[in-house]
Amino acid sequence: MSGKRRIAVTVNGTRYEREVEPRLLLGDFLRSELDLTGTHFGCEHGICGACTVILNGDSVRACLVFAVQADGGEVLTVEGLGSVEALHPLQQAFHEHHGLQCGYCTPGMLMTALDLIRKHGRLTEAAVRAGISGNLCRCTGYQNIVTAICAAAAAMQSGEPAGDA
Amino acid sequence: MREELRPKLVGARVKRVEDPRLLTGQGSFADDYRPAGMVHVALLRSAYPHARLLRIDTAAARSMAGVVAVFTGDELAEAARPMVATSKMKDYRATAMPMLARGKVRYVGEPVAAVVAASRYIAEDAARRINVDYAPLPAASDPLRAAEASAPLLHEEVRSNIVLSREFARGDAAAAMAAAPLRVGARFRFRRKAVLALENRCYLGDYHRGRRELTLYSATQVPGIVRDALSELMAMPEHLIRVVAADVGGGFGGKASVYPEELLVAVLARRLGRPVKYASDRLEDLLSTSQAFDEIVDAELGVANDGTIAALTAEVVGDVGAYSIYPWTAALEPVQVVSFLPGPYRMPNYRGRVRGVATPKAPLGPYRGVGRPVAAFVMERLIDMAARRLGIDPLAMRRQNFVAAEEFPYRTGSGIIWDRAGFAECLTAVRVALDYDALRRWQKEARAAGRWIGIGFASYAELTGIGSKIPAAPGMPVNTGTETATLRIDPSGSVTAIFGVASHGQGLETTLAQVVADELGVRLEDVRIVQGDTAGRAYTTGTYASRSAVLAGGAGKLAAAALREKVLRAAAHLLEAHVDDLVAEGSRVAIRGTDRSLSFREIARSVYLQFGRMPPELQEELEATKLYDPQFGTTSSATHAAVVEIDPETFDVRVLRYVVAEDCGRVINPMIVDGQVHGGVAQGIGAALLEELVYDGEGQLLSGSLMDYLVPSAAEIPPMEVIHIEAESPTTLGGFRGMGEGGTIGAPAAIANAVTDALAPLGIEVTELPVTPERLYRLVEAARRKE
Repeated sequence: MSGKRRIAVTVNGTRYEREVEPRLLLGDFLRSELDLTGTHFGCEHGICGACTVILNGDSVRACLVFAVQADGGEVLTVEGLGSVEALHPLQQAFHEHHGLQCGYCTPGMLMTALDLIRKHGRLTEAAVRAGISGNLCRCTGYQNIVTAICAAAAAMQSGEPAGDA
Repeated sequence: MREELRPKLVGARVKRVEDPRLLTGQGSFADDYRPAGMVHVALLRSAYPHARLLRIDTAAARSMAGVVAVFTGDELAEAARPMVATSKMKDYRATAMPMLARGKVRYVGEPVAAVVAASRYIAEDAARRINVDYAPLPAASDPLRAAEASAPLLHEEVRSNIVLSREFARGDAAAAMAAAPLRVGARFRFRRKAVLALENRCYLGDYHRGRRELTLYSATQVPGIVRDALSELMAMPEHLIRVVAADVGGGFGGKASVYPEELLVAVLARRLGRPVKYASDRLEDLLSTSQAFDEIVDAELGVANDGTIAALTAEVVGDVGAYSIYPWTAALEPVQVVSFLPGPYRMPNYRGRVRGVATPKAPLGPYRGVGRPVAAFVMERLIDMAARRLGIDPLAMRRQNFVAAEEFPYRTGSGIIWDRAGFAECLTAVRVALDYDALRRWQKEARAAGRWIGIGFASYAELTGIGSKIPAAPGMPVNTGTETATLRIDPSGSVTAIFGVASHGQGLETTLAQVVADELGVRLEDVRIVQGDTAGRAYTTGTYASRSAVLAGGAGKLAAAALREKVLRAAAHLLEAHVDDLVAEGSRVAIRGTDRSLSFREIARSVYLQFGRMPPELQEELEATKLYDPQFGTTSSATHAAVVEIDPETFDVRVLRYVVAEDCGRVINPMIVDGQVHGGVAQGIGAALLEELVYDGEGQLLSGSLMDYLVPSAAEIPPMEVIHIEAESPTTLGGFRGMGEGGTIGAPAAIANAVTDALAPLGIEVTELPVTPERLYRLVEAARRKE
């Protein structure tokens, strides 16, 4: 518990060096140390997927990874995806297709979807449903999330914006 | 263009204004605030369901580095009054809920001591070093056992665990039942479930010692109710208290009550003079957030040979948990089961009795649908049981017994009034969407091939947008029937619309802007909706009970109309025109039939900046405040249809198809209504098949993680078809009806009927939810043994 470790993590393209306790979760590191509060905790035991971020090219749950495990690594969070002024095609698709309500699961859902699309390209509805089955949403009944991810996958493959609904 | 021909925002699929911030991680959830000097609270919670507190030793915790303070219930006894949910209901016994337990604990998870420390990590370390000597007391976890006179008492001062009872009656149910040619009935049970919003409860208290002001950032649906409660419990005037619920990660009723932890951070912030945050984890959420359902219903339906309903009787026992939830009371959920049991049907004879029993569990509270999911489950099962016995089609039996168009307004067996609503239209729409006859033929073929396919329906009606003549909870002395809107135009011409509601996913910043913009004659982007904040509101409650579109929408319309009058008066002076010749549209005021117009910005600048040049009667701010009270409320209704298949080896139930036809009156934004229905149905499917809080006989929670408490994922939820029957409400402004809860009301009943239908060849009746694979297996095994 005691004995802080010095780590260096690149988050959304910016390199951060911090002294952290070995037990500090990556999610708490992002939220408390870096003020990146877009990554949300929902269960803190790896089931709900709300805290999903991309670490070294793979989606991980920020509640199951310690900050020290990300030492020397690259992290992408929702803040690194797009901005209010310029939404990423995936964010745009969620906006077009009403793929969010309260918005709490949304950052994790987006990062999981990004990982799916990057690794599989175009996606069928069944593949999306299976692919996001580790991300819980209580508001949407998933239908519009699935539609949004399929649309985003198609748009990102063809380089087109994620079309009107 | 004539006013009525203008393109309207109300009714359009307008994309949500709240999306961009939420999509980019820029939301403001309670846990996202981290003011300078903030400290964290961790709670030591009871490990016992019922025990006397002999001694709490906090010395070791206090001595740890980074610990600011440790408090027990006794130490904070003078800091706030205990919460007591009162009711004018006869046969309701009020009990007090402490902020931190004093004397004894009454459920596993009840807060016992609080640690304040520099970080949540340190606070949790310290909480583990508090030693509590408990003297365990006997406890009756089973509500039927707890209702017995010999059961150990949870609250000695009320001398019974039966803390409430109520009866509704019409006609002579006993005689009509005795005379009915067909009687069907059963003991139904809907197990305890969690609300489970994805954001756990979180509260941040911030106290300014110089100004003696308290600000509470809260993951709440009801900032106004919380403000009133804090004022009363902490003896502070309300003008020194502000409650902010900026972005809230789902509520579904679980954040519609006032919680001990909410009061605690406010008390600690005042005592310590610095920001104090409590963020629940998921185990704490499952242990301590208000819980849902958990009723046992012995019900019987008497029917004539032609399928006409003659009588309904029901005895309900509700397990209300250890404390009466504030301010709704323990009566809210179980009493609504009996008040809504007769459903959308003509019911000449009815008797429904309910008892609420205190047990050592977290308090029962409001959950999406409140009582009606259980009522619909029981009533819709009874209808199907009768239809099957009589050889009548289940849709035909429903249709035949619906309150008919010419009978509205109709007083139900429990006294609720249904105004003109689209009961039959919804049912017909579902029938058509399903291509019902073809679907039944397909089912027959599939059955012949050995597949277990079932088709189930549920029809229901609910009261939404409730006004001041009806308390939202039985006998509750809090007015939930009004909503106020304040609209103001500033010198830049932009519009601020302030409401007391508190969106937690419903998209009210979009739908209320649509209503206001249409009525005021401005562009959507010129309207900013302020909500989820008590600042600037004299009286407000929040968002719950499917009220916000009806009440806030109505208040918004009234205030916008009043403000438009002011703008037109000013414009008439500036344009030297008659008010009747002016039209406000697209943030401009024009003289009809001419090209002469002024923008709202030009008008506002003239009013504010050249105030002295305005005639005295026009020297007024461009601001209007209006209150709206729909008096009684309105009726929302729907018919749901589910097609399911049961795997004969694993007893897994797959929902193959789901259709909803719903009547929420005039639709403000069809995209948002669809989303609300999808989400409600998904929760209802979870309730029907997966979600169960399992307590053992002693009151220990056995399903305290998301590995044990199963929430449906995208893989379990089917695509849904939603049809809108827009029968405009005759009783509300704008014709809106509430629609946030309906999905969850209909789905459990439809699934239960579909599963029963799938197993009809085995003669199985589903009477208990959730109908998990294990329960299905036992039902099937029992039926096979009988054969």
